[in-house]
Amino acid sequence: MKNSIFEKNTLTWIGIIFITLILLIFQDKWVWASKYPKDLIVPFSDWINFSMEKFIEQFGWFFLSISWLLSWPIIGAQWLLHSLPWIVVIFLVCFIAYLSSGVRLALFTLSATFYMVLIGYWEESMNTLALVIISVPMAIFIGFGLGVWGFFSKRAEKVIMPILDIFQTVPTFAYLLPILLLFGFGTVVGLIASILYSFPPMVRNTILGLNRVPDHIIESAIMSGANSKQLFWQAMLPSCKKQILLGINQSTMAALSMVIIAAIIGGTADIGWEVLYYIRKAEVGQSLVVGLVIALMAIIIDRITSGFALNSDKAVKGSQYLRNIRLNYLAFAILVSILLFITASFFQVLADWPYNLSIWVSSHINDFFETFVKTFKTEIKLVKKYTLFFIMLPTKIGFQQAVSPFTWGFKLEMFHKIFYFMSFILVAFWFLKNKKNGIFIFLLLLMIFLYFGLTNMPWLSLLLIYSFFALRVGGYKLALGTFLGLGFIVIVGMWPEAMISIYLCGIAVVFCFIVGTSLGIWAAHNSVVSAIVRPINDTLQTIPLFVILIPFVMLFKIGDFTGLLAIIIYAIVPSIRYAENGIRNLPSEVIDASKMMGSTKMQLLFLVKIPLALPVIMLGLNQTIMYGIAMLVIAALIGTNGLEQIVFIGLTDGNMGKGFIAGISMAILAMIVDRITKTVSKKRSEALGLSIK
Amino acid sequence: MKNNVELSKQIKLSCRNVWKVYGDNSDSFFSNNSYFREDPSILSKKITEQGQIVANANVSFDVHIGEIFVIMGLSGSGKSTIVRCLSRLIEPTVGEILLDEENLLGKSEKELIEIRRHKMGMVFQNFGLLPHLNVIENIAFPLKLQGLKEKERLQKAERVIELVGLNGRENNFPMELSGGQQQRVGIARSLAVEPDVWFLDEPFSALDPLIRKQMQDEFLRIQSLQKKSVVFITHDFQEALRIADRMAIMRDGQIVQIGKPVDLILNPKDNYIRDFTKDVPWESVLKASDIIDKSQKILQKAKEVPFDMPVAKMLPLLSKKSMGVVVVDQAGKKLGMANAQSFVTALATAEN
Repeated sequence: MKNSIFEKNTLTWIGIIFITLILLIFQDKWVWASKYPKDLIVPFSDWINFSMEKFIEQFGWFFLSISWLLSWPIIGAQWLLHSLPWIVVIFLVCFIAYLSSGVRLALFTLSATFYMVLIGYWEESMNTLALVIISVPMAIFIGFGLGVWGFFSKRAEKVIMPILDIFQTVPTFAYLLPILLLFGFGTVVGLIASILYSFPPMVRNTILGLNRVPDHIIESAIMSGANSKQLFWQAMLPSCKKQILLGINQSTMAALSMVIIAAIIGGTADIGWEVLYYIRKAEVGQSLVVGLVIALMAIIIDRITSGFALNSDKAVKGSQYLRNIRLNYLAFAILVSILLFITASFFQVLADWPYNLSIWVSSHINDFFETFVKTFKTEIKLVKKYTLFFIMLPTKIGFQQAVSPFTWGFKLEMFHKIFYFMSFILVAFWFLKNKKNGIFIFLLLLMIFLYFGLTNMPWLSLLLIYSFFALRVGGYKLALGTFLGLGFIVIVGMWPEAMISIYLCGIAVVFCFIVGTSLGIWAAHNSVVSAIVRPINDTLQTIPLFVILIPFVMLFKIGDFTGLLAIIIYAIVPSIRYAENGIRNLPSEVIDASKMMGSTKMQLLFLVKIPLALPVIMLGLNQTIMYGIAMLVIAALIGTNGLEQIVFIGLTDGNMGKGFIAGISMAILAMIVDRITKTVSKKRSEALGLSIK
Repeated sequence: MKNNVELSKQIKLSCRNVWKVYGDNSDSFFSNNSYFREDPSILSKKITEQGQIVANANVSFDVHIGEIFVIMGLSGSGKSTIVRCLSRLIEPTVGEILLDEENLLGKSEKELIEIRRHKMGMVFQNFGLLPHLNVIENIAFPLKLQGLKEKERLQKAERVIELVGLNGRENNFPMELSGGQQQRVGIARSLAVEPDVWFLDEPFSALDPLIRKQMQDEFLRIQSLQKKSVVFITHDFQEALRIADRMAIMRDGQIVQIGKPVDLILNPKDNYIRDFTKDVPWESVLKASDIIDKSQKILQKAKEVPFDMPVAKMLPLLSKKSMGVVVVDQAGKKLGMANAQSFVTALATAEN
């Protein structure tokens, strides 16, 4: 029964491959099939531009007045943070850090904040902090409200969830576009963008937390005579406090990263703008010095908020006691602040760090990197060249064009081609003979794909391949969604750019998945590796994307290759994480049972552990792709050529229509890949009877 | 101790023909009153065939004032559902729940909250303690919900803490307590409002066997002081025997048999009940009052034994006193004679 269905699928696949080959052979005749004709492109972007113009003519005043209103709290927060002497702000932040996680974090915070003072970027740091301080409460308020609403009303949840998906998958730059047009230049754009970007995690965590409140707690509260208000505020909410606090942590981090990204539109005079400024001027040393401020700020904010979340269930004494303690803390903080304030008014240095006392390390960093680049000039070039010639170009334009005397040292002759195709076909048929139909199809597709290259593949056949794959994985709904989504990208004329995005991101993802998963599996078996990898992962996940780019730009200049490396470094983290967790959290009975059956370590790994952990590893792949796309967007800054670049250009030129359509196209790609990988993971775990947290 | 003989027959809580069906349009099976005439098992099968889930089918029983009524059944028998129907945590599909002769199903949400605040207490299998409150705050939680002042509610909570023997633990958080202690908190909380009706939903099932036994004794001690009308859910037949005044055995959402433990043992209604009862050691279940030989005249000089003395303890006496002993109730009234012969007769009836 199962076999016959499989055969039928194989036949359909062969049909699709056949169509692809025909389209490729006749691509000169049927140009429309390989390159979507320009005349048929639907001018969505013009329509958007036009209607946006009309809309602003009509309602522009409304948004401008909101913008004016919102600018006041920002100005207020900035004024407050600027007028307080730095010593007072540092004390308060350190004190909060102490309350959250203890002395060690307080000391770290102290040195990190003092670093900001020392290098002369206190003011810019405070501008960034001001935006975060204003946007986070609003995001939490909105997110919590929507979360509660979504929890109580299934209908509301159905509306809210897709909106969250869109907000979280549309490239960050694309957000800024409409906001920029509606609200005008300035810090308010950053504020609104960061609110929009940071409320979704709050919604998700709120719903998750409320859903996870155990039944027995709800029932016991009802039986204690709670009315619905008491049930919610006194029983359910406190029971999911930890999840809510985690939501606040994630929202805060999202807000910070968006505030940094929003610097791109300028006029904010914050730390993100400074970094960008130095990246553009190619002053790498200085950009790293300032970038470190962002990284430190992110780490501090993350550790403080997550500290509150993780320690929330470690309450020790009764609430009466806690209330007193809190009052004491507050009194202590106010008292010390006042004392420091007075001291600072006598010693000017404690209020405003003098310019001539600031230290300048950037020139040393520049020197260091320069010598490094000079010493390893040939090696760097070699790495870049080999990756470009042997991996990137073949994927992009295929062996057909990539192999030339200049790149590979020889010309592609007929016998090369015959050898290439014959060996692929032979191996493929060997798999078919052994009933591995999936691998058979995969090899045939890979053969065609590597020969012609991703950007030369006819859009029509790629559309067929993706949609049929979606059909096999997730059924008609997913297939239809895939077909419509990709079809949209085709008819708005974004297909070529989309392929370039996929090519860059795809190489990175394949690399990350293979290397990252192996690393993760290693880390699961070796606690030393695990202990080394974990803090690196933690840091990479906390640092805003911007900063990750800097060292790569230093070493490899701008371009696709640098973008690729940046994506890899960022997107490899989830692959490592999920693989390690997946392997570590397997049910121990199964492992013990296999050991008792006499399996070797390798058998245990490949026959038991990896198959069982596969659903989790697949989720890691999903996250790797999402991270990859997120970084790809930022990589537009260093001159990549895909959709992300169009979004970026749209932003800088104020061409909302085009940038927005490109942004939507990226979101569509992200969502399709997300659904497909998640479905595979879910099906696997259901088949195994495991549940994934 | 339990009072097997002199139960006040006044009914506190009554469950009348309660059905709970899960599924769309579950009401439709009961829309006209003809369902009443149908055999519950047949109707239940009919509903199941249509893809709906019957959790309770035509469940009826009464709980008398001050008695411990145990509902025993294996998992999936519908015992947890019925206790939730009684407290209206779950809305029954059809039927009546009478508390003090008033139908609970007719009460508004507001009235229901009032009833739960003053007349009902419930203990849960997984304790249902609030993790962010310490012991005393957990216990005082129902009082807080009623809007009592902090001082007053802490005073009341302190009283029940004493009752369950948790003195000195007031400021601990649930996480810091063992399972047995957590359930003591659960018990104390359910008693804090001084309810009339006390629901216990498998209260000791999550505990280790030894602790379970201690907690059963503890429960019996508390009940002997409080005299609540108790509905006690369990899947453990031995537990049911130990504590029940009367018990009901459920299967497939229906009640198979209701009676005193000894009735169930002596007269199991069918093989399903017999499966439970056959391994029970008779001499520990049978009480003096169960082996009275009514045909014998009461001998005034015979040695007196209390009605609730387990037969196992009487055996040495019975072997010595050939004329037998006289069984007396709490008030000292002579109920009848019991001797070795009557014991054997009772056993013989049971074995068949």
